[in-house]
Amino acid sequence: MSENDKKEIDQVSGIETTGHEWDGLKELNNPLPRWWLWVFYVTIVWSIGYWVVFPAWPVPSGATKGTAEWTQFSRLEKSQQDIAVLQAGYIENFKAAPFDRIMNDEQLYAFATAGGAAAFKDNCATCHGTGGAGGRGYPNLNDDDWIWGGTIEDIHQTLEFGARSGHPETRVSAMPAFGKDGLMSREDIATVVDYVANLPRQGHDLSSKGYDLFQKNCASCHGTEAKGNREFGAPNLTDGIWLYGGSKDTIYKTVYNGRSGVMPYWSGRLDDNTIRQLAVYVHSLGGGEKSEGTENGGSQRKPESPAAR
Amino acid sequence: MSFIKKHEKLEKNSVLLLIGVIITVLIGGIVEIIPLFRMETVIEPVKGMRPYTPLELAGYDIYVREGCYVCHSQQIRSLRDEVTRYGHYSLAAESMYDHPFQWGSKRTGPDLARVGAKYSDEWHVAHMTKPQDVVPESIMPSYGFLMRKGAKLHDMADHLKALKAIGVPYTDDMIAQAYNDAMTQARVDGDNIGGLQERYGDTVNARDFDGNPAMVSEMDALIAYLQVLGTMVKFADYQPEPVPADAVPVAESEAK
Repeated sequence: MSENDKKEIDQVSGIETTGHEWDGLKELNNPLPRWWLWVFYVTIVWSIGYWVVFPAWPVPSGATKGTAEWTQFSRLEKSQQDIAVLQAGYIENFKAAPFDRIMNDEQLYAFATAGGAAAFKDNCATCHGTGGAGGRGYPNLNDDDWIWGGTIEDIHQTLEFGARSGHPETRVSAMPAFGKDGLMSREDIATVVDYVANLPRQGHDLSSKGYDLFQKNCASCHGTEAKGNREFGAPNLTDGIWLYGGSKDTIYKTVYNGRSGVMPYWSGRLDDNTIRQLAVYVHSLGGGEKSEGTENGGSQRKPESPAAR
Repeated sequence: MSFIKKHEKLEKNSVLLLIGVIITVLIGGIVEIIPLFRMETVIEPVKGMRPYTPLELAGYDIYVREGCYVCHSQQIRSLRDEVTRYGHYSLAAESMYDHPFQWGSKRTGPDLARVGAKYSDEWHVAHMTKPQDVVPESIMPSYGFLMRKGAKLHDMADHLKALKAIGVPYTDDMIAQAYNDAMTQARVDGDNIGGLQERYGDTVNARDFDGNPAMVSEMDALIAYLQVLGTMVKFADYQPEPVPADAVPVAESEAK
């Protein structure tokens, strides 16, 4: 390596070398492209401005805050405000409107079903399926077979507080474990299971032993005609729609071990408007029932609204 | 050119170079790490946070063992779409008792930071056993074997002790009762619910999570853990801490 400061020019290319030499090899000292160098300097200057304006340096009390007082959280707040402004026209109306009016106002209804559909995919589809068709243990929301009630108010209450959800105002009931808790003998359970499994096709056979057992053990919740009772969340057993399955095996398991499916509560997790939108959306899926005392509580507007699809 | 000559000296002397490198790296390290020694500067205190119960901790260990973090994150970023989908953005305090934290870096599956209480225990069992049964489009593998494996609980006291050593506020009482608390929480053996609630708060979930009362399976532990995720802080009464008036931003004073 050269020890002197004299510039050495490469004979062939006419470019200055770095002055270093390794086993006879020398390196050309091509200058950096001007434009690149200037961009580099500008970024250095830029970073100084950045330090001043934005949070940058760690200091013992946390970090420098920057003159803009920018934080991720203020950014989030702003973007939420931006959306709130866009939605304001709808939301304000929607907040103030009772379900009765939402159902009969085309714009409000479209707003509710569109928002509900989006929230449904994020929160409900995991159990009830993307289209609300449900699954084993998770009710189908497209049909009119409701466990806790299908008016908009009923649906709203179920959404808000859930069923057996642990919320203080939850809907609650228990299908007893007739076998496990020794309330009925295995033979009796088998008899009543036979009877229940055949209900949808054969109806009631008043002379059978199964009928007697049913009246004694099941009718207090499911009704003497086995048509269910929404007050207790007791499903209709005559319609051939089964939550856990209609095979005798499954019904036996249901009666033997009991069932206590959980619908989580959404109050607190989702805001009130979203829950109300969801209620309208679920109501619109096909099985929504008219509220008492209103003429147009039903889902009469569903097919026309493009937003609802 | 004298500066370049000095640089040459540095390049030709390996010991000198090593010292130079160490000093340079140290500066970077000090700037980044020293502020973190004072955790109160980066972790905003919030009400409601408690250490995991022994059963939840066993579930956390299974979560780590099975590599759930490879596909699931546990950090809701402060972006509008994430907050809309998953709920309030994650706070630093919410993972302060996780060692190591499970923030993750990739979302093949959804974020789990607030999955607690979102679905029923039954759903979790069905989903873990065969995810496609409840989410047809899912590509998650089956974890049904967790149902059949007993959770390793007899050494939970040691786990608690180890975590206490690195700053998780477990009390001696919690450590002594670790095994009993785990059994109580899974509702299989032991019924000292009062003790469990006294140690971990009234809202602690105590039930047979996997629907099999015969044993405390790994499924019990994992679901107990999942069901508490993101539920400790009650956001109804959480307000972000305002910037204290006396904390003058340093950059600002420099700018003047």
